Amino acid sequence: MLLLVEQLLNGLQFGLLLFLLAAGLTLVFGIMDFVNLAHGSLYMMGAYFASTFAAWTGSFIIGVALALGATLLLGIVLEFVALRHLYGRDHLDHVLATFGLILFFNDAVRLIWGPAGLALPLPTWLTVPVQIVPGLFYPSYRLAIIVVSLFVAAMLYLVVMRTRIGMLIRAGASNREMIGALGINIKLLFTLVFGLGAALAGLAGLMQAPILTVQIGMGENILILAFVIIVIGGIGSIRGAFLAAIFVGMIDTLGRAYAPDLLRHILSPAAASTAAPALSSMLIYLLMAIVLVVRPEGLFPASKR
Amino acid sequence: MTQSLNARNVVVVLVITGLALLPLYSSISGNIFVLTLFTRIVIFALAAVSLNLIMGYGGMMSFGHAAYLGIGGYAVGILAFEGIGSGFIQWPVALLASALFALVIGSLSLRTRGVYFIMITLAFAQMAYYIASGLARYGGDDGLTIYKRSDFGGLVNLSNRVQFYYVCLGCLFAGIYLVWRIVNSRFGLVVQGVRSNEQRMQAIGFHANRYRLVCFVIAGTMCGLAGALLATNTDFVSPSIMYWTRSGDLMVMVILGGMGSLFGPVIGTIVFLVLEESLSQITEFWALIMGPLLLLIVLFGRGGIDGWLGRLRRG
Repeated sequence: MLLLVEQLLNGLQFGLLLFLLAAGLTLVFGIMDFVNLAHGSLYMMGAYFASTFAAWTGSFIIGVALALGATLLLGIVLEFVALRHLYGRDHLDHVLATFGLILFFNDAVRLIWGPAGLALPLPTWLTVPVQIVPGLFYPSYRLAIIVVSLFVAAMLYLVVMRTRIGMLIRAGASNREMIGALGINIKLLFTLVFGLGAALAGLAGLMQAPILTVQIGMGENILILAFVIIVIGGIGSIRGAFLAAIFVGMIDTLGRAYAPDLLRHILSPAAASTAAPALSSMLIYLLMAIVLVVRPEGLFPASKR
Repeated sequence: MTQSLNARNVVVVLVITGLALLPLYSSISGNIFVLTLFTRIVIFALAAVSLNLIMGYGGMMSFGHAAYLGIGGYAVGILAFEGIGSGFIQWPVALLASALFALVIGSLSLRTRGVYFIMITLAFAQMAYYIASGLARYGGDDGLTIYKRSDFGGLVNLSNRVQFYYVCLGCLFAGIYLVWRIVNSRFGLVVQGVRSNEQRMQAIGFHANRYRLVCFVIAGTMCGLAGALLATNTDFVSPSIMYWTRSGDLMVMVILGGMGSLFGPVIGTIVFLVLEESLSQITEFWALIMGPLLLLIVLFGRGGIDGWLGRLRRG
């Protein structure tokens, strides 16, 4: 029972992290109709920036703050220099161009930081386990991720749903041409949204960094998961992305935790231990395939054209 | 048909001649490396040609095409592992398995359009990738070594480097010929019609998705053949053969060469792999140059190399 609670919390934590990544992706996708494969690279850059700045300043918090600023800036520069010239092109051009960016970022990181991974050590106050219910200790850092992500998600919701800029973002997601025609500076809005998405990806990356190592290519697997999430949730929909992210996070975590035991009933132990991780990874793609077959536009489509 | 001497045709003839005479050059100069490299190139070119059939002519942006490489490769690898060495069994099984996979995922994926299609094909390819990683008996993540190449009786010896190269080249030319025949047939015209205006084709009375699906299956089968060749070439098959970045590579090859042109993907593959090979010899950080290059090609080079050649007409 306690194990289940712990795994559910892990699932929630992973799901929220995925949401941070998927939120930026779905906004960029929904508003600019731009497929950004390099989103995972921004996630990676966030982690590298954080561990570098934390090592320089000797403070986890300052390092994280600087890294957030740096990814925001990187996102804006990237949009300004290259990606804005690709809006309105074919999706395939986006895929090709941002695929090139992934190659570039991976090797740039290898050149600057070297092929070996980095670590982002936690301050001591984040390493003590917290007793949340009697008998259940949970790592305080994972709890911190949950709190921070929920806070960011709430802020994002408030900004998107309750402010003027959020109104413009939502309007952009359902009809780009129209808000342009109404006199909104759509280029500036695009740059802003892209920067915001980059910062969210960076935040996800640097929060994940202390749990896993900071390494090249860390953004690629998780990027595909983020794509799965926005496709399940419906492109351009923050609410859809949130629900789908929690769902995918749960499936992934619970699958990893319980699939080996379940499979042991039907397979030999050795075969089960190889097949189980594969099975739980597959479940997510299976879910996406089912959603797309039943509802080809995702669960909560934002734009109805 | 009159032969017009434009830049495109000259390049195509040069490439065909070059590919056909390559083993001769290799044996005269003693440069075995170039033959190994071009065997790989020819195999990937076949995969790119098959992707071009659905992407360029059919308008189906599949981001999971590398799955067929894996299925073809694993069919050969698994049968060899289980002691069935005859190529007359291995290769038809590889083709059949790829066709079957394409039929299943095609009939599901074709319900979606646009970017959702890109994503659902990606999802199916990732599923295939994870299934392969889960095959404990066949090496799981570590992959499967093929100890003995397919046996075609006395017909052809695949372990001979030059013979294997010509088998691959023969498959590539057969693939291009097949695509050429398809594109110019009634069936191919319908598929291209569906690409440019689906509703109109439906209204005229064509069952658009049925044509699309057949096209999808043909392309998948062709790529399965490339997978069987690729596994034979490296004597090894592992899940990474169908990782999503591999599908990305294939897309890059097609777009680089020029989508919807018969010979473009071959040129795209040659340029991509030769560039990758030569850049990686100059510097360890070849992708640092390759990445921005791709970006520039997308930004400024519409229509790929083939489109550029097409604009270089005489006069």
